[in-house]
Amino acid sequence: MNYRLIAGISRSLLMARLGQTVVAAIGVTFSITMFIALLSFMTGLNNILDSLIVNRTPHVRLYNEIKPNDQQPVSLYKPSTENYHFIHSVKPKKDFSRIRNSLAIIQSLRQDNRVMGVAPKLSEQVFYNVGSVDLTGIINGVDPVEENRLFFLDDYITTGSSEALKNTTNGIILGKGIADIMMSKIGDVVTVTTARGNKVQLKVVGFFQSGLADYDKVNSFTSLTTAQKIAEVASDYITDLQIKLFNIKQAPTLAAEFKKIYGIQAVDIQAANSQFETGTFVRTLISYSVGITLLVVAGFGIYNILNMMIYEKMDTIAILKATGFTGKDIKWIFIGIALFIGFFGGVAGLIIGYVLSAVIDIIPFETQALPTITTYPVNYNPFFYLIAISFSIVTTYLAGFFPARKASRVDPVIIIRGK
Amino acid sequence: MTSVIKTHNLVKYFNDPVLFKVIKNISFEITKGEFVSVIGKSGSGKSTLLYILATMDSDYQGELLIEGETVSDKTEKERAYIRNKKIGFVFQFHYLLNEFSVLRNVMLPALKAGEREIDEIEQKAFEKLKLLGMESHANKKPHQLSGGEKQRVAIARSLINDPLIIMADEPTGNLDKHNSEIVFEIFGNLASAFNQTLLIVTHDIEFASRTHRIIELEDGRILFDRRN
Repeated sequence: MNYRLIAGISRSLLMARLGQTVVAAIGVTFSITMFIALLSFMTGLNNILDSLIVNRTPHVRLYNEIKPNDQQPVSLYKPSTENYHFIHSVKPKKDFSRIRNSLAIIQSLRQDNRVMGVAPKLSEQVFYNVGSVDLTGIINGVDPVEENRLFFLDDYITTGSSEALKNTTNGIILGKGIADIMMSKIGDVVTVTTARGNKVQLKVVGFFQSGLADYDKVNSFTSLTTAQKIAEVASDYITDLQIKLFNIKQAPTLAAEFKKIYGIQAVDIQAANSQFETGTFVRTLISYSVGITLLVVAGFGIYNILNMMIYEKMDTIAILKATGFTGKDIKWIFIGIALFIGFFGGVAGLIIGYVLSAVIDIIPFETQALPTITTYPVNYNPFFYLIAISFSIVTTYLAGFFPARKASRVDPVIIIRGK
Repeated sequence: MTSVIKTHNLVKYFNDPVLFKVIKNISFEITKGEFVSVIGKSGSGKSTLLYILATMDSDYQGELLIEGETVSDKTEKERAYIRNKKIGFVFQFHYLLNEFSVLRNVMLPALKAGEREIDEIEQKAFEKLKLLGMESHANKKPHQLSGGEKQRVAIARSLINDPLIIMADEPTGNLDKHNSEIVFEIFGNLASAFNQTLLIVTHDIEFASRTHRIIELEDGRILFDRRN
């Protein structure tokens, strides 16, 4: 088969019916444009929403829970069949909420090749002194470098940066809510009172906005050493170990493993936030369904136009057959027409889809929840473009196949005799 | 004399609306260089016979040989090859493709054959147009030509692959006296100057009487087969 000749004939038939062809191609272009724009926007949004949770939440969190011991001393005594143990009002022993032997645990975790990193944290209850009023609050002592590397602390710091915590002794980054109440500016000194009654003066080096107003009214960040100083504890006193893994899917197994090895409480991200994965999946599914539906509609348009074209071109088909073109040649001429429409309509769709995504990308979008986002998020994943163009070609091929097969079966005798 | 086309007991039925035998045991032979006309009244089966001979219709009984080779049991692809290489066809209506220029219309069967370079085919198509005095129209579209001119282009197209035989179905049926005369002269010239084998279906008795051999059909049978 002479593909160049076949393609040349397809092209000539197309050019003779340019108007119709353009209408068919616009259908494909429109659906590809929508497919690209929709998927780019939807997944962009998905990534942002996921990162809200996935980026900021430790994949596994290790902590020490203060609770009564499961093994009370009396249970060591085995009662006879007639006797039972009755213990009322069991209370937990006085204990610290710190993780015992924390430095060794951190060291061992950092050597684990499944663990991307560990960020230690110390949470301490305090009161913010605002004139004569005391407001309850929590100071989170963190390692600014690790916290930013693993959990993107800087993403929700609206003024200042995590760097300042490291460089300034007694620096504090205040939640937006509490900062507004205290009417504090960068460089101000705020006073907090600890649970033991000590007053500590801290220098404001930044503000953060997490997106949860209640959280921002209570929480502040300091460096780990500053927090240990406020709490008057030793430098190995840590209440939480926040672990980020290379593979988030391993979180439940590793949580169970760490719990067993280190003898502390462990909670994984899936247990804490199971609904997010479902949401992401459903949104992606909807985007694909809409895109594919649009393509199928465009496919029917092409099917109709080719069917009409074949009726118009009966004479052409008959004469081509009479001069020695085979049924297969005729079939490929018409499939060629469909593929031309699919390819050029599809490429135009990719370009317009890209432009539309770029336009969405510059539309202002400001929300309390996402302080670092100023425009609508768009995901320019080349994979979508690949899917879109493959899909447009496959759909148009299928739309062209049946009319083309019909054309290949046209009997030239009937057409020529029919005149 | 070398045999070009030979039939043996050709039988063809039409099934619509009732079973009807259009071609009844036709046997004849055409040899190289013959200028044959087939005449007969409407419904005598002459066009039907022509389409069988042209390998466009394969639904018949009996035997058809082209250059001594049986065609009856060939596949669709093989028959397309025979039409392309060995048979030049001219229809009552010009049947040129309006999407292509006159020159390209002439080139198409040779392009399909794909045995020569495009430049060479173009050159050859131009020569064929020149032979028919149509070279000045080479770059026009078919719809810009008159009926007689279109028919001359169609003849040029039938000649492009140097066919074994040219078949024509009422080539002058749609033309006025003057253009009919031109077309006849072209056929006559092809037969005498180039020893081209021609098989022309017509019901123009005057036209037929000037050919070398007349086959008259009546009700699907050969009524007479006469050499002039």
